Amino acid sequence: MKPSLNKTTIMSPSSATATISLNINHEQKELTVRPWVSLLDALRDHLDLTGTKKGCDHGQCGACTVICDDKRILSCLTLAVMKNGSAITTIEGIAQHGELHPLQQAFIEHDAFQCGYCTPGQICSAIGMLKEGKAKTRADVKELMSGNLCRCGANIGIINAIMEVKEGGLHE
Amino acid sequence: MNNFNYIKAQSVQDAAQHVGKNDQAKIIAGGTNIIDLMKYFVTTADVLVDINHITANKEITEKEDGGLHLGALVSNADTAYHPVVEERYPLLSKAILAGASAQIRNMATNGGNLLQRTRCYYFYDVNTPCNKRQPGTGCSAIKGYNRIMAIMGTSENCIAVFPSDMCVALAALNAVVQISGNNGNRSLHFADFHRLPGDTPHLDNNLQPGEIITGIDLPAAGFAKNYSYLKLRDRNSYAFALVSVATALELENGFIKEARIALGGLAHKPWRVQEAETFLQTKIPSAENFAAAADIILDGAVGFKYNDFKIAMAKKAIVRNCMMALNPETQLPGAQPSA
Repeated sequence: MKPSLNKTTIMSPSSATATISLNINHEQKELTVRPWVSLLDALRDHLDLTGTKKGCDHGQCGACTVICDDKRILSCLTLAVMKNGSAITTIEGIAQHGELHPLQQAFIEHDAFQCGYCTPGQICSAIGMLKEGKAKTRADVKELMSGNLCRCGANIGIINAIMEVKEGGLHE
Repeated sequence: MNNFNYIKAQSVQDAAQHVGKNDQAKIIAGGTNIIDLMKYFVTTADVLVDINHITANKEITEKEDGGLHLGALVSNADTAYHPVVEERYPLLSKAILAGASAQIRNMATNGGNLLQRTRCYYFYDVNTPCNKRQPGTGCSAIKGYNRIMAIMGTSENCIAVFPSDMCVALAALNAVVQISGNNGNRSLHFADFHRLPGDTPHLDNNLQPGEIITGIDLPAAGFAKNYSYLKLRDRNSYAFALVSVATALELENGFIKEARIALGGLAHKPWRVQEAETFLQTKIPSAENFAAAADIILDGAVGFKYNDFKIAMAKKAIVRNCMMALNPETQLPGAQPSA
């Protein structure tokens, strides 16, 4: 029972590609993509924004987390064509005026990574979480960050970094 | 993923027409399940019909009968954190927040939550037989590694479980599913929406081809005073339930006036047993009575070796969750020992 690629697909030329417009890190971008290109692949392969990482590509690890229209989402489980007209912030877009975002600074100070592969997703997810404003306690932060896995085991540093920014109100 | 065309639907009717005339056209909303399934070639499609732009189904509105209408395209997160849901239907809020991760809850829609597919390992592995994925090929789970599989309502063709948390609460709350199709609108009581596998395990629910969920209606009774949701799983967050329980109680003068107990992780649909709920009526809300109800609920449960543990686990989970429902402040969502 091998999967049959392109089994029944007949692409009509008009719909085989779509030209979409995305506001990426406050810059308007137009790109032409096939319908099955994920937002993650569009960012990495079409826009050369390789800060957003492909971990599992199945929504299990959170490495691909970006902020889309003010909400943290998984770019691997989203088609680029579905986000036509959306505003997307990736890890490349969170430092402002040459200054690190408070979470980036806190991640450095708390040694919140080892290999760093999950870090862009962790930071984008934490920005989204703080904006949501639902986490009151450290336990809440751990629960609401559970969609981002760190295989190096830097979780304590990650939560410490997020707690520092949250307690200091530095994200606002 | 196979190659496909993409269509942005302008209305429910527009979307229904696209999927009604082509069984290889599939609806995409949040996308969190179908894109995953397509990446594994478990699902293929010629056309994906994007319904995210249909504004009519994006609202939560209070109904004249005191109930609440949840638009099919409202995200799981926006539903769980909606002030009316939090205040009047906290069981639903807790159940939604017990599922998936924050990112996925931001993306996943209410309609899509009802339509998510099983996470049976064999359903996902296209190299193994699976009656749900490919009817007539057999069930790999029955004699395979079946730790996460069903113990209630199974058939010789399929022992998959329905994975939703949200739907366990919706079952307990007697929600009604609003459906629109090429032949007009209809509604289905929640208990009638999902199916048991029987000899048609490829059908998860009773939605007909070309039909689309437009919303979910909650009756006025939200059981906000006495409720609890308990989810037991291999990790304490971001894992599917091995056993989950939604309890909603209405108490009067120290006795149970009404009891609702719905279970997740045990069957092909959220599991309720009327006999057990009737048994609890007029009884004292005690661990003994809840244990007796649990025995009624699990009567006839059959394990398949690796999931035998679910029978005892479900009984204990029911008792613990019903006791927590007496004082919802004490409820712990996961497997921590209750104080």
